[in-house]
Amino acid sequence: MLIKQSMKDSSILEKLHCYHCGNDCEEEYLGPDEKVFCCNGCREVYSVLSQSGLGSYYAFNQHPGATKDKISPRFEYLNEPTITKDLIDYTDDKFTIVTFYIPAIHCSSCIWLLENLNRLEPAIYYSRVDFLRKQVNIRFDNKLSSLYKVVGLLDKIGYEPLISLQDVIKKQTSGKKDKLIKKIAVAGFCFGNVMLLSFPEYLGISKYEQTFRQFFGFLNLAFCLPIVLYCGTDYFRSAWANLKNRVLNIDFPLALGIAVLFLRTAFEVLTQNGSGFADTCCGLVFFLLIGKLVQRKTYYHLSFERDYRSFFPVAVQVTDEKGIEHAVPLAEIKVGQRILIRNNEIIPADAILLQGEAKVDFSFVTGESVPVNKVLGEVVYAGGRQTGEAIELEVVKPVSQSYLTRLWNNEAFSRTSENRTKTFSEKVSKYFTIGLLLVAFGSLFFWLPTDFHRALAAFTSVLIIACPCALALSTPFTMSAALSILDKNQFYLKNTAVVEQLAHIDTIVFDKTGTITVAGADKITFNGQVTEYQKQLLYSTCANSAHPLSRLICQYWEGTTRLGTRSYSEIPGKGISAAIDNHQIDIGSRLFIKGGFIAQAAADATEVYLQIDHQFIGHFSIRQQYREGLEIIKDLSFRYNIFLLSGDHGHERDALSGIFNPDLMFFERSPQDKLDFIKNLQARGRKVMMIGDGLNDAGALKQSDLGIAITDNVNNFSPGSDAILDGSALSRLPQFFKFSKNALSVIYCSFGISLIYNVVGLSFAVSGRLSPLIAAILMPLSTVTIISFTSIATHVAAKRRRL
Amino acid sequence: MSIIYFLIGCSVLLALLFLGAFFWAQKSGQNDDLYTPSVRILLDDEPVDEEKK
Repeated sequence: MLIKQSMKDSSILEKLHCYHCGNDCEEEYLGPDEKVFCCNGCREVYSVLSQSGLGSYYAFNQHPGATKDKISPRFEYLNEPTITKDLIDYTDDKFTIVTFYIPAIHCSSCIWLLENLNRLEPAIYYSRVDFLRKQVNIRFDNKLSSLYKVVGLLDKIGYEPLISLQDVIKKQTSGKKDKLIKKIAVAGFCFGNVMLLSFPEYLGISKYEQTFRQFFGFLNLAFCLPIVLYCGTDYFRSAWANLKNRVLNIDFPLALGIAVLFLRTAFEVLTQNGSGFADTCCGLVFFLLIGKLVQRKTYYHLSFERDYRSFFPVAVQVTDEKGIEHAVPLAEIKVGQRILIRNNEIIPADAILLQGEAKVDFSFVTGESVPVNKVLGEVVYAGGRQTGEAIELEVVKPVSQSYLTRLWNNEAFSRTSENRTKTFSEKVSKYFTIGLLLVAFGSLFFWLPTDFHRALAAFTSVLIIACPCALALSTPFTMSAALSILDKNQFYLKNTAVVEQLAHIDTIVFDKTGTITVAGADKITFNGQVTEYQKQLLYSTCANSAHPLSRLICQYWEGTTRLGTRSYSEIPGKGISAAIDNHQIDIGSRLFIKGGFIAQAAADATEVYLQIDHQFIGHFSIRQQYREGLEIIKDLSFRYNIFLLSGDHGHERDALSGIFNPDLMFFERSPQDKLDFIKNLQARGRKVMMIGDGLNDAGALKQSDLGIAITDNVNNFSPGSDAILDGSALSRLPQFFKFSKNALSVIYCSFGISLIYNVVGLSFAVSGRLSPLIAAILMPLSTVTIISFTSIATHVAAKRRRL
Repeated sequence: MSIIYFLIGCSVLLALLFLGAFFWAQKSGQNDDLYTPSVRILLDDEPVDEEKK
């Protein structure tokens, strides 16, 4: 009791943390049982859970919840069967099975609570969480509950499912099951048995047991059949496809190796000439498939292919002629329909504003973070997010024809990644294959005049021994080790080839809003003193302007009475002037305001000076919330060309010039401009990396050689990209660059090692006297060397880079 | 020594059985989620509420 009391005291002395989500409590919401919460949402979740006897949710982990300090979207559309039929896995007249993606799943308490849903809602028979995929599979009784109720319940306890159009679409396209694991299982089974059956051959079989040799030989051959006909088919297919395209890639010598191994084994066993190379054949395919598996890393919780669809809602509220609201799926929205958009909802189609005060945040589309006011009758483009009261709009273009959708479907945006640089192994394998064929045919023609059998033996031996197994494995093993190291550092790459792209980058382009600044977190402070009347004068002046700084000031003084303006003028890049009630008001930059005392400007803030009747009143200083660790950009600029491309106005030019070269900053760039800018750089032979965050960067991210989406929460929306970087890891960017170069050197080294093995093996092979035992030792030995070398070297490199 | 034929037959049959079992496990989705069960097993049915002590 005593201990508990003192614990309570200390927790009060420290900052108060919300009992539910663990956030700092700025305002205290006292809940039942003397618990403190950060917001009403968290308190409600707690009371729901504690009343249902699910309080042990809080016993497994401290602060297990996710904050509920935001308004949940409305789920009424889930009552429309046309919409829900795509969301549901299975339904009949009794029960329904549905799988939700819930980004909030993050700890064991989440699993416990979500799997005990039926204590809250008896209609739920079954619920099962897949933690890594952040999914929950729910089966419920149709008669007692509905999808709408289930989603409402999940939302009520703080686990709002993410339902987006893309989920609906993804479900329809998925279903292709992957066979790699099965192939590995078969290959492992054959490899193990063949090794066992090959032992007697290597240890020696006595004369009177010769029948066993035959028996083992046939068994080995039988085990080779599934290896070649089932496990190795991908290599033959890929080699054939590449040959047709006149490309020599690494699959060609591999396929050749497998084929020759099998044919020679079959020949030797059937003619009872020897034991063949069954174990080498099986081992080769087995290791190759393992290499394929390692290379294929999946991030269940990340999506690199998100596009505007995952950003749009599934359905929109539509009011018909009689004024009745109902939800309509996005695809069925027609021109002329009236749609209702509430606070924080996205406008899905180009529409005319009919009713309400529209303050639309277009940050995703343009990068401009300050909400734009729209007047009645004005066209609002799709992709904006309404902030404030509910508005009514009339659709003027269907979703598929809207500005944003068209932009997205623009050809430049849907460019396939063909012009990526070839990976090292792709470049090398061409020469390797040519060299290999030269040696093989050379030894064939060398022996042909003297000994036909030996010539054939030498030819096949060369193809067997030089089969680039180690070479084929060096890249996947190095890259997958690198990938998992970067993954630990909150840098998630789409696939292993991206590591190599990263090493070749020489130009970096940054987006501003959301990338180097934290969107929507501007800190505005007012220095000076104003009377209420002066405040009204200044507010009314700013209210006329669409400049983001004016908007920030208006936000700061929100609720002030607006006075009628007699005259108003705006000088771009300088400031605004207005005449109100015989007063002359000037608001603008330091140079614009000449009279009176002017305070020294701070280096890292944008300042706005205020003047009434040529009398200096005070100034606003607006400090952008920059991401931590931006100094790295300066360090990088010694070795890389760094550009800043922003959709924003240039009012932060001065504040940013400490970080970027002022000549390399570009403002007011549309999404298309950004894309063209990257294209221009590439035309000059640059390898460009683009770092951006919003839909407005999506085209540039795709066009660039390496597009990185930066995000504060990896589960949030991020545009399609090659890699996703957590905002907190931005400062490690130089280390990532160095590390990727190290990884590349590891590949070069392992390539050298595998070449040495090949040369040693070839010296046996060209003479035509390759024994199966040597092949059986050399192949796994080189494989093991490469695997251990690459993984150790990569981890050592990571340690050196402090990753 | 001809018992070897029988023994090898048995061993291959057994191995095939295991391979089949693996295929079945894979098909029935037992390997789909390799993480959650490791957490789930640590959750007691009704943990002792520390607050009530």
